[in-house]
Amino acid sequence: MAASRANPARRDPPWIAGGLIGIALLYLAVVLLLPLFTVFFEALRRGVEPFLEGIAEPDAIAAMQLTLLVAAIAVPLNAVFGIAAAWAVTKFEFWGKSALITLIDLPFSISPVISGLVYVLLYGAHGWFGPALDALGIKVIFTVTGIVLATTLVTLPFVARELTPLMQSQGSDEEAAAATLGAGPWRTFFLVTLPNIKWALMYGVLLCTARAMGEFGAVAVVSGHIRGKTATMPLHVEILYNEYSFVAAFAVASLLALFALVTLAVKTFLEAQFADELAAQRTR
Amino acid sequence: MSLAISDISKSYGRFPALKTVSLFAEDGEFLALLGPSGSGKTTLLRVIAGLETADAGSVQFRDENLLAKPVRERGIGFVFQHYALFRHMTAAQNIAFGMRSKPRRERAPEAQIKAKVEELLALVQLDGLGKRYPSQLSGGQRQRVALARALAIEPKILLLDEPFGALDAKVRRELRRWLRDLHERTGLTTIFVTHDQEEALELADRVALLKDGALEQVGTPEELYHEPASAFVFDFLGDSIKMPCTIEGGIAIIAGAGVPIVGNRVLENGLATAFARPDAFTITTGDAPGIAARVRNVLLAGPDARIDCGLEGGGALEVRLDHEQAAKLSPRDKITLLPRTVRVWPAS
Repeated sequence: MAASRANPARRDPPWIAGGLIGIALLYLAVVLLLPLFTVFFEALRRGVEPFLEGIAEPDAIAAMQLTLLVAAIAVPLNAVFGIAAAWAVTKFEFWGKSALITLIDLPFSISPVISGLVYVLLYGAHGWFGPALDALGIKVIFTVTGIVLATTLVTLPFVARELTPLMQSQGSDEEAAAATLGAGPWRTFFLVTLPNIKWALMYGVLLCTARAMGEFGAVAVVSGHIRGKTATMPLHVEILYNEYSFVAAFAVASLLALFALVTLAVKTFLEAQFADELAAQRTR
Repeated sequence: MSLAISDISKSYGRFPALKTVSLFAEDGEFLALLGPSGSGKTTLLRVIAGLETADAGSVQFRDENLLAKPVRERGIGFVFQHYALFRHMTAAQNIAFGMRSKPRRERAPEAQIKAKVEELLALVQLDGLGKRYPSQLSGGQRQRVALARALAIEPKILLLDEPFGALDAKVRRELRRWLRDLHERTGLTTIFVTHDQEEALELADRVALLKDGALEQVGTPEELYHEPASAFVFDFLGDSIKMPCTIEGGIAIIAGAGVPIVGNRVLENGLATAFARPDAFTITTGDAPGIAARVRNVLLAGPDARIDCGLEGGGALEVRLDHEQAAKLSPRDKITLLPRTVRVWPAS
């Protein structure tokens, strides 16, 4: 780097560097920073008191609890699924493997609204399994169960996608070595595989959590927007906004944004804290 | 007989990786599986260890049927080509892994495991490096940790996959000698895979040469080198020069000159291919029967001088001479080449 900077033949004219940096910063400011600032600005427009009122309202607290509950169920499910799926596609050869890899990415490429509609079609009052489940006393649509299912579907690829390329590059030699040394499958998993993927797993879980808390489209379709019951934070923000309670809407929104920022901060902190270990793992 | 591999076959889809391979190893023998890439040598090693399953055949160790046991119960030490050390464990933890993986009632007490680790670290000359992580060790050191880790389970057989493949030439030679010493001390039946003929000939008691999933020849290094069973064996074990020839009454006629045939191949009169090593040629300046050529270049660096010759009839070949003879040659000289003896196989 230093050499290329010192070499005048390879130095770009200042206007190119300045221009590119300027465009990138302007773009970031308009598309990302300004809206983020607006959220916090609008939330605190009338001072701290209305802001706190908006957050402390029982329906808002219920929305927060629901959001955390949904994330607490969907994220572990997808973490376990992600490990299993990544393990399957990287350590084994089987028929239909490439189809499975494509399928795992599907929730990224289809609109979340469609994911929600699929659940209505399957479990709704007039859906395929709806009446049968109804007879057993199980309700999916307009309940927390439906919200959890929809969120799980939408956030399904995060962990699997983080792990697959890493496990692919690591190969299965270490697992094979553990087997020749007499270790059983569980010992191999917990002492060999898991430590090798822990950082990627953590990234995946963090991203999955952020997305699970923010999911709107799929949840909006299956939840039924029942205030204080089936409204997650994003839905609660929408309800408040539609009722022209702007301060309260932005107060809850700012809290949601804060969750996301904290997730990002945790990720950055971990990266800085364990930079050496990560580098060692990547270079092998 | 300690290890008997009988009629092992294995294919990947339609590609046959091993075709009814049978091989035996005596107790304490040091056996090399040699062959070009894709010859099935690594596959055979992995079948013995249980990392691949054979389609047919059996592997017996003394009275045990090894193929009936899962990998972790076979008690076979395996050193992987890229070592496959557990990267988040120190060298000492790597070595102790096998001992700590034993079922509780067979497991040695922790103090004993620690002592054994120290002993093994000393054996592989890594005293004091037990606390290092694999990423803090050099290639040769990692290799020895992998070896110590495999030895820690007190295996019946030791298998090494391209043990020197990822090391540079100098370290490779040192480790080779060291591994030979270690084998003499432990007396463990050892099979190693290599594509390097020099390595196989130098290290092994016996060499099994594989080609396209089948055994081409098995024997001591001397047998393979001096009595090659096929053109492939001769060609694989060193540089070789191929020449078309005609057989007449037990003699090879090359470019009008008769050359004696070594090896007891009885060939009918007719066309055949003659093979010779590059150092088995006589060079004469001026007119003589043999292959007419012109010196293109004389390379004097190295134990032998190498003469790059352009043939009159097109093509080129490189022969080796001692420096004294080579000093008499210079580029553009007109010369005649003739092998002193040749081995002959039917024309391919």
